[in-house]
Amino acid sequence: MTTNNKIVFDNVSKFYGEVLGVNRVNLSLPPGVTSLVGPNGSGKTTLMNLMTGLVRPSQGKISILGLTPDQPEEFFRLVGYCTQFDSFPKGVTGYSFIHQSLLLRGLSNQEARRLALEAIERLGMSDAAGRRVAGYSKGMRQRIRLAQAIAHHPTVLVLDEPLNGLDPMARAETIALFEALGKQGMHVVVSSHVLHEVDKVSDQVVLMSYGYVVAEGQIQGVRSEVKEHPMQILVRCANPNRLASRLFSQDHVVEAKLNNDGKGVLVRTRDADQFYLLLNRIVLEEDVALEAVAPADDDVNSVYQYLIGGGGGTV
Amino acid sequence: MSQLEAEASRKSARDVPWSLWASQLLAVVRIELKKSLWMRRSIWIYFLALAPVFIIAIHALLDHGAVLEEDTRVFAYIFQFYLHGAIFFACMGLFTWLFRGEVVEKSLHYYFLAPMRREVLIVGKFVAGLLASIVIFGGSVLLAFIFMYGHFGPAGRAFVFDGPGLGHLLAYLGVATLACVGYGSVFLALSLVFRNPILPGIVVFLWETLHAVLPSLLQKLSVMFYLKQLSPVPIPPEGLMALFTVVAEPVPAWIAVPGLLALCSAILVFACFKIKQVEISYLAD
Repeated sequence: MTTNNKIVFDNVSKFYGEVLGVNRVNLSLPPGVTSLVGPNGSGKTTLMNLMTGLVRPSQGKISILGLTPDQPEEFFRLVGYCTQFDSFPKGVTGYSFIHQSLLLRGLSNQEARRLALEAIERLGMSDAAGRRVAGYSKGMRQRIRLAQAIAHHPTVLVLDEPLNGLDPMARAETIALFEALGKQGMHVVVSSHVLHEVDKVSDQVVLMSYGYVVAEGQIQGVRSEVKEHPMQILVRCANPNRLASRLFSQDHVVEAKLNNDGKGVLVRTRDADQFYLLLNRIVLEEDVALEAVAPADDDVNSVYQYLIGGGGGTV
Repeated sequence: MSQLEAEASRKSARDVPWSLWASQLLAVVRIELKKSLWMRRSIWIYFLALAPVFIIAIHALLDHGAVLEEDTRVFAYIFQFYLHGAIFFACMGLFTWLFRGEVVEKSLHYYFLAPMRREVLIVGKFVAGLLASIVIFGGSVLLAFIFMYGHFGPAGRAFVFDGPGLGHLLAYLGVATLACVGYGSVFLALSLVFRNPILPGIVVFLWETLHAVLPSLLQKLSVMFYLKQLSPVPIPPEGLMALFTVVAEPVPAWIAVPGLLALCSAILVFACFKIKQVEISYLAD
C-alpha cells in the first residue's frame, strides 16, 4: 500500500507558544476506521486540526492520500471534518447550512441541493431540515454537522467526538454509519470518550497521552505489546477445576480464577501463544469439553487503562 | 468516492480553476452580502447613513429661503461628514466584522474546510462588504442629493440635468465608492492582524484626519489624500476644515484614482498573505 492511500504524519509537532499540542508524531493510517483515544488535553483534537489544516505543524509534515491542505481545491474534495465546535453560521437552517457549504465547493445549485437532501436524509434529519439550527437540540446539531461533513462524499472523514450529545439510538445508528463507511474503503478517523462504542467498529486505534502517541495499530496487536500486564483469557468449559489444576503448574500462568457460575476459568498469562498450545494439549489429554475461549482484555478500554490509566468505560 | 473519482476530481480542479474560483467567489459573496445587509449589528450603520439624509430632508422642508449655490457648498461640507465620519466608521464596522464575526461566532472553520483558496475567501468577503457599503452609502448620497435639490423645483432640475448637478452626483457617488474600497481594504486587513481592531481603527482615524500635516510621502499612504482631491465642489481651506480639505501637493484625478486603487490592492495582497497564516484556535480568542 503506497502513502497515496494513507494518512501520514511525519515527525509532526505542534506547540501553542510554550504549550505542547502534540510532539513527534509518526503515524501512517490505512483505510478503515481509526479511533483516537486519550483523555482531555492528550492532543486528539490538535491531531485532527493538523490533519485538516486548521492549524499548522510547528515541525514535520502531514499528508492525506498524498495531498496537503496547501492544495485546498484537491485536498478538501477528499476530506470531510466534523469538528468539536458546536457552532454554526448565524441564522442558518439545517438545509441551508449544508447547501451553503456545498455551494462553496463550486457545485451547481441543483447538485448542491441533491447532495444536501441526500445527507440530511442519511442522518435522519429530513423533518427538521427547514428549521433554524439555533432551535435544535444538541443531538440534532451534532447530526446536522455530521451530515455536512459527509454531504460531498469525502474519501477521508475526520470526526471529533461525533457521539457527543446523541441519544442511544442515534449513537447506534451513527456507529453503524461509521462502520459502513469504513467498509466502503473510506478513512474514518474518529475520536471519542466512549471507548466501548468506538471499540466495536475500530480497525485500528491510536492511543494518546500528554501530546504523545503511546501506542497505535490494531487493538489486539497493541494489547500483546503490553507485556507488564498479563493477558486475560476466559475459557468456558464443563469441568473448569481440572483445567485450572493443570494450568497452575505452568510458569507463564499468573492466575487461574474459577468463574462464579462454575462453568469457566479466567486465566492471566504472560505468554498467550504458549497458553493456547497448552490448552489444546489439555483438551486432548483431560477430555475437557470447551464451550468458548476468548481474550477478556484486548479491548480499547483495557489497553487504555494499562497504558494510560483512567477509569472504565469513559475517559 | 472511489480513488478513480478522487483522481478525476483532482484533474478537474486543476483544469478549470478560474470557473471554480468564480463560482466559489459568487457563493461567498451571496452568503456574506446577505449577512452584511441584514444582520442586526448593521442597524447603526443604516442610522449613520440616513442621518445626513434626515438633516437635509428637514432643511428642505423647513428652509424656504435657501439659495442653490449655498446649498451646493453645504452639500460639499456634508459630504465631508460622509467621508470622514459615516463611511469611515461604517466600513470599520462592516469590514472588520467579516472575519472577526466568524471568529466570535466560531464559524470560520467552515470556510477553511471548503476546497477553496483562502485568497478567494478574502476577495469574496471584500466584494460582499463593498457591495453592502456601496448600496447603503450610495443610496444615502443619492437620497441626500435628491432632497437637497428637489425642493428647488424647476431651478433644481435645471441645475441637475442642464447644469453641473448630474456631474456632481456622479462624482460624489464615485468618491463614496472609492472611500468604501479604500477603508474596506484597510479594515479587512486590520481584522486579520489584530484580535480587537477597534484601537488600531482609532489610530487609522487619527492618521486619516491628520495626514495633511504629515510629510508628502506619508500622505500618499492615506486613503483621504486621494479622496479629497476628487471632490467636485472645492471647499475653501478655512479654519478647522482646512485640516480635511487642504492638499499640499495635489495630484490629478487620473493619478489619484489609480493611486488609491493601487494602495488598496497592496493592502488586499497583504490580507491574502495574512489569511494563509491564520489558524483556528477560537479558545485563544
